[in-house]
Order: sequence, then structure tokens, then C-alpha cells
Amino acid sequence: MFTETPLVRRKLRQERLAKWIFFGMTASMIIPLVLIVGYLVERAWPSLSLSFLVDVPARGMKEGGVWPALVGTIYLVVLSLAVSAPVGVLAAVYLNEYARDNWFNRIINLAVINLAGVPSIVHALFGLGAFVYAARFGYSIISASLTLAIMTLPVIIASTREALASVPRSFREACWNVGATRWQTIKAVVLPNSISGILTGIILQVSRAAGETAPIMFTGAVFFKAVDKGDLFPYGLGEQCMALSMHLYTLSTQVPGVKESVPFATAVVLLGSVLLVNATAIILRGYLRSRKKW
Amino acid sequence: MSTPLTDRAVADGFAVRRATRPAWAVLGERALEVLIYLCGISAIVFVLGIFFFVFKEAFPILGNKQFSLSQFLFSEQWHPTSELNKRYGVLAMIAGTFSVTALAMVIAVPFGLGAAIYLSEFCSGRVKETLKVVIELLAAIPSVVWGFIGLTVMSRLIVKYTGAPVGVNVLNGGIILALMSVPIIVSIGEDALKAVPDSYREAGLALGATRWQLVWRVLLPAGKTGLLAAVLLGVGRGVGETMAVLMATGHAVHIPHSPFDSVRTLTANIAAELGEAPANSDHYQVLFLTGVLLFLMTFVVNLAADLIVRGIRRK
Repeated sequence: MFTETPLVRRKLRQERLAKWIFFGMTASMIIPLVLIVGYLVERAWPSLSLSFLVDVPARGMKEGGVWPALVGTIYLVVLSLAVSAPVGVLAAVYLNEYARDNWFNRIINLAVINLAGVPSIVHALFGLGAFVYAARFGYSIISASLTLAIMTLPVIIASTREALASVPRSFREACWNVGATRWQTIKAVVLPNSISGILTGIILQVSRAAGETAPIMFTGAVFFKAVDKGDLFPYGLGEQCMALSMHLYTLSTQVPGVKESVPFATAVVLLGSVLLVNATAIILRGYLRSRKKW
Repeated sequence: MSTPLTDRAVADGFAVRRATRPAWAVLGERALEVLIYLCGISAIVFVLGIFFFVFKEAFPILGNKQFSLSQFLFSEQWHPTSELNKRYGVLAMIAGTFSVTALAMVIAVPFGLGAAIYLSEFCSGRVKETLKVVIELLAAIPSVVWGFIGLTVMSRLIVKYTGAPVGVNVLNGGIILALMSVPIIVSIGEDALKAVPDSYREAGLALGATRWQLVWRVLLPAGKTGLLAAVLLGVGRGVGETMAVLMATGHAVHIPHSPFDSVRTLTANIAAELGEAPANSDHYQVLFLTGVLLFLMTFVVNLAADLIVRGIRRK
């Protein structure tokens, strides 16, 4: 029979202590955040309502809602992903399905990693130099979304590659053995089996594109633009637009005398939509993973 | 001996044609593969493009007689709009970036690695899944929201509890940046610990080590390169972060002497002044040169992290 000697007891005590210390470290990152989010919601409460979403800013942005910013953000996100999703997915297909392990493809990998690490303000400088001036798109939705597209590209490449790599090699070999070409295999076997992972990766970038401020600040987002309440198509592609993230920055630093709850409500709307999109992606991923057969 | 199918068929009097696909299908597939290849190399094109365009806008200032690179890097005088005495020194901003990032790492590294250890060694199943989801959601909070939190919540807390005259300072930016970079440290750190073979843990436990000893004597030494990569990626994020530090660190261009001094970082400086600088003016070009400096700094940090991670995988 096993008896507890003092040494064993001390070890068990240490074990428990270690567990609690590490748990405490984890909790001390998460709990303050939950408190902060709660505080934001509480301060935002007087302004939070459905009409806050569809109203336009009033009285020099001191009151009113966020409609133009909300629509502008949707424009930017949809356009930027319309560019970065296909390019990113095809780039990942190349890297995972076609590329051999040689120096050139190692350089591509390195480029992807470094593209992911470029600071967002440097993306902004690039967008200004390349799209606004060199390509002559001017300060416009197109410039801003292309800048965002390049920023989200490396992460879409990385997540798609991970999804593609999770398809077992034997699936591909079976397909090659019945005489299919590389592309036929990709179309018929690899993509259908990894589409869930690819989609999750893209959805996660929706929230990233929606939250970024610096890259759009100098390429196409404006402080204010007059838009009708509830207007679904207020912007042309060559025009500038408002965006939620930019709006929050403007309200909290540039506009004096804003009604207290308005910036808080803007922050809650931005935070809420980002977390909602991400939670959707995470739930989708969990559901699809549980259905996976291999 | 069996003869090939076609030979036999010919011998039997049947004319068998090899199955072929229509020419347009073959050509279409070729075209698509070329497109895939072009997308594949797009990452290189974009990285080079970023460097080229940012450098192109910055380039004319290097030939300007009033500008010297050593003044740019080693002077703390930043008077871009002065009529008589223009000075473009970013030393104070470099100090700002380093002080905020260093403070953030002092806070984030122990907590981030602690959380990574907790996730990978002390919990499993549902708790682990839930915590990972929460950390993933933490990573998704936009930087402008972090900045807003720094500006409104954190600055009030700092003024209240430390008695500092202003709440937007190095401490504020450091705490905000720490909270922002913790998720990346946790997820990369957890991967690094997962890469330590289970046989190491089993050997430690078989010798009668407590889990505490296991963490200190076995896991940390065995996973140290991966953990270093996690920290480096956190540093990269800290150096490159813009909106949060723009809003949370105050706007004073000087070298900080205490955590309660306001500072300005390289990134915040570009974000704050680019809107005011007329295109192709000296001021504008110097801001782009700051962008080149930032690009090179993050390039080196990310390259180092990548080499470390790759080194682990090869083992």
C-alpha cells in the first residue's frame, strides 16, 4: 500500500501550488479584459440601440449614429477580401500542391512570413505611394481596400495552407492513380475536403480587415461624409468613405465635446461585430471538425 | 506475357484511340496553373513592392543637403515644421518605441509563457478548448479599440492609482501592448511546448519530479528556442503596432525618464503627422524614411523568429 510520507505530501502541495499559480497567470490576462468590455458596454448603454446603427452622425458628429461608418466598413471588407481571398487561396494551392522544396519556394515562404510582420502603418505608406499616387486611384475606396487586401493576404495564405495540408496525401494519390491531372485532383479532392478550413481562415480575416485603422487612414477613409440615413449604396468606388475603426479614432481624439456615450457605443459596435464574426468562424470550425471522418 | 492493351486491340482488329481530352481543356488547365503560379509568387512581389514604393518616396531626402542620416538616427530634435531650424531626428521616437515595447514584454512574457505552460501542461479537454477560444478572441480585438481602452479606461486607472499627472504615458502604452501581444505569445509558446517530446515528460515523472520541477528543469530548457521565437514575434507586434500606441502613449517627443513620461513611437509619429505633411515635401519624405526604418526593424525581428522556428522543425 502507498503511504504518504512528508516528502510526498510536500510534493503534492507543490503540485497544487504550481497549478494554481499558472492558472492565476492565465486568469489575470482574461479577467481584466472581461471587466473592461463590461465597462465599455455599461458606458455605452445610453446610446446603444438599433437606431444607433442606422442613424447618421448629427450635430458635427457629437451625437447620432454610425450608419455611414458601418456601411463604409462593409464596403472595405467585402472589396478587400474579394481581392485577397482568391489570390491567397491560389497562392496557398501553389505553395502546398505544386511547389517543390527548393530555394525559390523557400524565398516565397519567407516573403509570406515577412509580409505578415510588416507594421500596419508601413502598409499605409505603401498604399499611399503605390495605389493613391503611382496607380492614380487617388484617395478612394479602391486604394483603401487594396491596401487592406495586401495586409490580409499572408494570413489567408497561411490558414489556407494549413487547411490544404490537413488533407491526407493518400487522398491525392488515389486520385492521381485513376489518371487525374494535378489540377483535377485539386478541384475534385483537395479543395472539397479542405473548404471548411479555408472558409474559416477567410472569415477570421473579415474581422481583421474591419478593425484595422492605420492602413485606411491615409488611403481612403475620411473623418466625415454626408450620407442619407439607411442608404445602402452611398459610396462610389472612386470616392472616399467613412469606416467604423476610423470613426472611433476620430470621435475619441479629434472631435471635442462629443456626447460621452457615443464613442463608447461606437467601440462596442466595432468590438461586437468583430467578436461576432470571429465567434461564428470558431463555431463553424468546431462543427465542421466534428464531422470530419479522418 | 500480356501485350499492351492497344497492341492487342489492333491485333484483334479494333482501332482503339488513346483517351484524350479536348485541346481547350488542356490549354485551360495550363492557363489556370500559370495563374496559380502567379498568385504563388505574389507574396514576393508585394514584399518587394512595399519596400520599393516606401523607399521610392523616401529616396529624394537622402540626396538633400540639409538632411543627414546620422542626424536622422542620432538626434532627438524633431522640428519638422519649424521655419528656421528644421530638425529631423528620430532618436526620441526610437527610444519611445523601445521603452513601450520593453515594458510590454516585461509584463507580457511571464504572463504569456505562464499561460502557455498552463494550457499545455495543466489542463485538458473542455477547459483547454474554451481557454484557447477566449485567447483567440482576445487576439481579434482591433488595435483602435485597444487604443480607446487605453485612452479612457487605463489612463483614468493610472491617474487614480499612481498619481501621475497624465494617464497617457509609457506605462499605459506598455500595459495595452502587453495585453495585445499576450495572445500571440501564448499560442506560439504553446506550440513550442507541444513540440517537446512526451518521452521527456515521462522520463521526468518517472524520476519522481513534481510538475513544477518538470516545468523548470525539463520543459523550459527543452522548449527554450520555441519560446524565444514566441517572444520575438511579440516584440515584432509591439514595434509595429500603431493605433493603440498612438492613442495610449501621449504625444511628447522626448526620451522618457520614467514610466510616467509621455512618449511618441515611430509608428505613432507617422500616423500623427502624415496627414499634415504635404506630398513630396521634406517632412513627407522623412516620414517615409521612418517607414523604411520600421520595415527593416520588423524584417530583422521576424526573420530571426522564423529561423528559430524552422530550426526547431528540422530537429
